[in-house]
Amino acid sequence: MGLLSKKDSKLILDPLADNNPITIQVLGICSALAITAQLKASIVMAVSVIVVLGVGNVVISLMRNIIPSKIRIIVQLVIVAALVIMVDQVLKAFAYELSKQLSVFIGLIITNCIIMGRFEAFALGNNPWRSFLDGIGNAAGYGLILVIVGFFRELLGSGTLLGFKVLGDPIEQTGLYSIGYENNGFMLLSPMALIVIGLIIWVQRARNKDLIEE
Amino acid sequence: MAKRTDKNSYTIIFAIIMVLVVGSLLAGIAQGLRPKITENERFEKQQNILYAMGVNDNAGPGDVAFVPTDKVEESFNKYIKEQLVIQGDSVTEDSQAYLIDLKKEESLAKEDEDYKRRLPLFVGEKDGKTMYIIPMRGKGLWDAIWGFVAVDKDFVVQGVYFDHKGETPGLGANIKERYFMDDFEGEQVMDGDVFKGIDVAKGNNDPTNERKDDQKVDALAGATITGNGVTAMIKKDMALYVPYIEKLNTQQ
Repeated sequence: MGLLSKKDSKLILDPLADNNPITIQVLGICSALAITAQLKASIVMAVSVIVVLGVGNVVISLMRNIIPSKIRIIVQLVIVAALVIMVDQVLKAFAYELSKQLSVFIGLIITNCIIMGRFEAFALGNNPWRSFLDGIGNAAGYGLILVIVGFFRELLGSGTLLGFKVLGDPIEQTGLYSIGYENNGFMLLSPMALIVIGLIIWVQRARNKDLIEE
Repeated sequence: MAKRTDKNSYTIIFAIIMVLVVGSLLAGIAQGLRPKITENERFEKQQNILYAMGVNDNAGPGDVAFVPTDKVEESFNKYIKEQLVIQGDSVTEDSQAYLIDLKKEESLAKEDEDYKRRLPLFVGEKDGKTMYIIPMRGKGLWDAIWGFVAVDKDFVVQGVYFDHKGETPGLGANIKERYFMDDFEGEQVMDGDVFKGIDVAKGNNDPTNERKDDQKVDALAGATITGNGVTAMIKKDMALYVPYIEKLNTQQ
């Protein structure tokens, strides 16, 4: 890639697979369980986290030499909380419908361990451009898992994708339902998200033996 | 030598400045966006009320489409003939009645037993038919649920709109889906002369909702507590309006 040096593109690509925040670092699990019952919510959560983490990492990185180390965690919290509130307010003013569907999820971004983790582990020690790439990469890695989990949960749990009835209509008994297929309501509950994530971790480690711990 | 940023005085000054900057930034944004946000909330209420009385943009069978925001004010004025505020025995007309905060009224009434709740009621007219749209508010599984139920003078439900703050997506959150809300249409809330409300019933022998006089609609699977919340909300809040609508009927 001409735009990014090899080292820089590694910052973006690594968290997508071999250093994925959810499946390898096991961060951000709570929100991955809570909001993946529908694909749409997963996608919007992924986009919001990309925005917040990308901007947040840059802000922290710009301030990294003036932040007093004794209160750095508090500073990080204040910055992420402020960003999240801004996103929330802007959505409420300009995309009211969307913000209504997401109200709880937007607030949940603050509690996402990936954000504080990247601030602490990366942005405090790197320049803004690299921090930005790292933020985007990690948030995208998180978002990727969210979308995969959301896809399977909505498809198998509700028989829809983004609200479209892709498997036919369960009430009218059309499509797959006409041959006796049933939605699995269990997929809509959080435990199934954990199991789906477990399966993803299994697949990933089976394909790449380097990831298996001794 | 210690780093400059490790000094206590630096830490304290940094914290103060940070709080001031972030605080005023957020306050500024909130203040700047407030008019836009309140307007959105106002439109939403009007859209909800209109939806309950069957004025909407639904195209397909699964749609829940409101009147578009740019037209809602106009439709609201067209279809809503009267906005009443019932307080004890007095009934006044108030064009801002739809902005009354039910939650606030409820807590005022709870604190002070003598306080008479202000009850907003909307009288709408569509295709020559008069209906009373009753706002309500209750508790779901995780958080508040609320809605509007439109009844005609014989207490037959003409339409409903339900919404929630944080019910489980895919389960309780489905109270705002068409297949749940549409079931209420045509239901009778009175059993003879007695107000019964509408029961969101599990194990209902009438899942396709053929019987409209049984005060029952079929519950959502996996959403027992949200469903019970809807039942309780209708029972509790609609009961407040029944005497008034009955009085109107006897006067005619």
